[in-house]
Amino acid sequence: MNMEMYSKFDKRMLWVNRIIVLFLVLITIVPLLYVVIASFMDPTTLINKGISLNPADWTVQGYKRVFADGAIIRGFINSLLYSFSFSLLTVFVTMITAYPLSRSDLYGRGAIMTFFVITMFVGGGLIPTYLLIRDLGMLDTIWAIILPGALNVWNIIIARTYFSALPRELSEAATIDGANEIQILFKVMLPLAKPIMFVLFLYAFVGQWNAYFDAMIYLKSPDLQPLQLVLRNILIQNQPSQDMVGANTAMAEMKQLAELIKYSTIVISSLPLIVMYPFFQKYFDKGVLVGSIKG
Amino acid sequence: MILDKKVLKEQKRRSIIRRIKRDKWLYVLMIPGILMTLVFKYFPMYGAIIAFKNYNPMLGILKSPWVGFEHFKEFIFSPNFSVLLENTLKISIYGLILGFLPPILLALSLNQILNKKIKQKIQLILYAPNFISVVVIVGMLFLFLSANGPINGLVEKLTGESIMFMSNPTYFRTIYILSGIWQGMGWASILYTATLAGVSTDLYEAANIDGANILQKIIHIDLPALKPVMVINFILAAGNIMNVGHEKAFLMQTSMNIPTSEIISTYVYKIGLQSGNYAYSAAVGLFNMVINVVLLLFVNSITKKLNDGQGL
Repeated sequence: MNMEMYSKFDKRMLWVNRIIVLFLVLITIVPLLYVVIASFMDPTTLINKGISLNPADWTVQGYKRVFADGAIIRGFINSLLYSFSFSLLTVFVTMITAYPLSRSDLYGRGAIMTFFVITMFVGGGLIPTYLLIRDLGMLDTIWAIILPGALNVWNIIIARTYFSALPRELSEAATIDGANEIQILFKVMLPLAKPIMFVLFLYAFVGQWNAYFDAMIYLKSPDLQPLQLVLRNILIQNQPSQDMVGANTAMAEMKQLAELIKYSTIVISSLPLIVMYPFFQKYFDKGVLVGSIKG
Repeated sequence: MILDKKVLKEQKRRSIIRRIKRDKWLYVLMIPGILMTLVFKYFPMYGAIIAFKNYNPMLGILKSPWVGFEHFKEFIFSPNFSVLLENTLKISIYGLILGFLPPILLALSLNQILNKKIKQKIQLILYAPNFISVVVIVGMLFLFLSANGPINGLVEKLTGESIMFMSNPTYFRTIYILSGIWQGMGWASILYTATLAGVSTDLYEAANIDGANILQKIIHIDLPALKPVMVINFILAAGNIMNVGHEKAFLMQTSMNIPTSEIISTYVYKIGLQSGNYAYSAAVGLFNMVINVVLLLFVNSITKKLNDGQGL
């Protein structure tokens, strides 16, 4: 569009709009920047004066304390393990379930789809699910984290829509060459579905990385705790470990340190996603958009 | 004639069997997914009968004696009931009303920014909070709103006193809803932004020729284009009214703000998993879910009537 086509009124409106957007960007980014800057502050300055931009007040003490603590590192490793295996499983099960459902001539396709979709609206609830996991002997095992949520109907819909859009001739040609359906899926279809597999993997990974509730109810032993539970202890229940604050620190100093440690933990725990995020933004968008097209 | 029908039926049956045989590997592929759904989704639905039983761990769900609607009655006539229902409804209805428009307005706003690169950078920033975990979000709330946090620094300068935001029941809903909008607005706007990107430029050109200004273009072109997505989002959100994100409410709870922060789902967790009162807790959870499904169907049917048969 040409600038000259705007009337005076329109130009004014556009300026108002720019100010609104700028305001939104600021309220989004300022809290995040505040956390990052605060995590580098000297604890006494932070408590007494708040954040300052004077390099003399900066220190990496908070980070040193956080890394001195075994729980954070163990939580980090656990979270990586859970998120990675959960995402792999999610992508695998979603793909092998969605591919048959994308075949419009599959007998019983509608009924099977209904079977899956019902679970989007009704469920057993927290207690029956907990009792099931307990009775299956999955309490305090990784299975309680990665198995129950791996098959998600929304993912099936996304993947099915993607498969439906691939040309039918490809699988026909492969059939003529003597491939069976399993070979077609793994050798022809999955290589073509790499973008959507990537999207599903990222979604599952981020979701699992940020989850805490299932781990809280299913995992009792401290060695199995994912990062988010460790964070909850530090950030919300106000229990930074002794390793972090140090055993013989004065009460007042301890309080200041605890505050600083909180900021540093937030930054460290969000780092993997912050680093990944700009590279993967377009894939996240894609996932939402494909998901919105209901087949 | 009768023979013909029989023959036809037989033919149909054969063709179905032939199709199933032809696609046998496709069915095999679906077995893990179907099994997982049966075990982890359908079995708990069956397990929900615990809500109608007097659960005895020694006997198990099946053998425990039936009590019918006892637990439901107990819940509905308990003094907690009205408070829990009020808290749950208030937080979600306010959240629905206040949270519904911002993503739409944001999408309309972004749509006016013509420089694609700048627009993408703005989106990159506005989507970011969506990827922060609830634990960190709530942790940030506690830090920012604490007695010596930055917000109270400002409040103190203005009023001379600091406010205990997180332990005061008056502020719970406001903090819960505003932080939710802060975190989710950008991400929720993606669908609307994409819909607007799909609007034909012919429409805008025609409007330009007619001398329409920006506001008129938004009202007559953009909003009608967004309407279908708005309707679906509204129905889904309304159908989720009783499902307040218990994870965040649970984290934000302090012993002081319980009067407004205790909602049905946090209550289910507490009496069920913390106090071990499984049957009663399952009944409360089931009550919550049934209301939700009924609401979804109700809102869907109303919207269908108002929206020329267009619902979910």
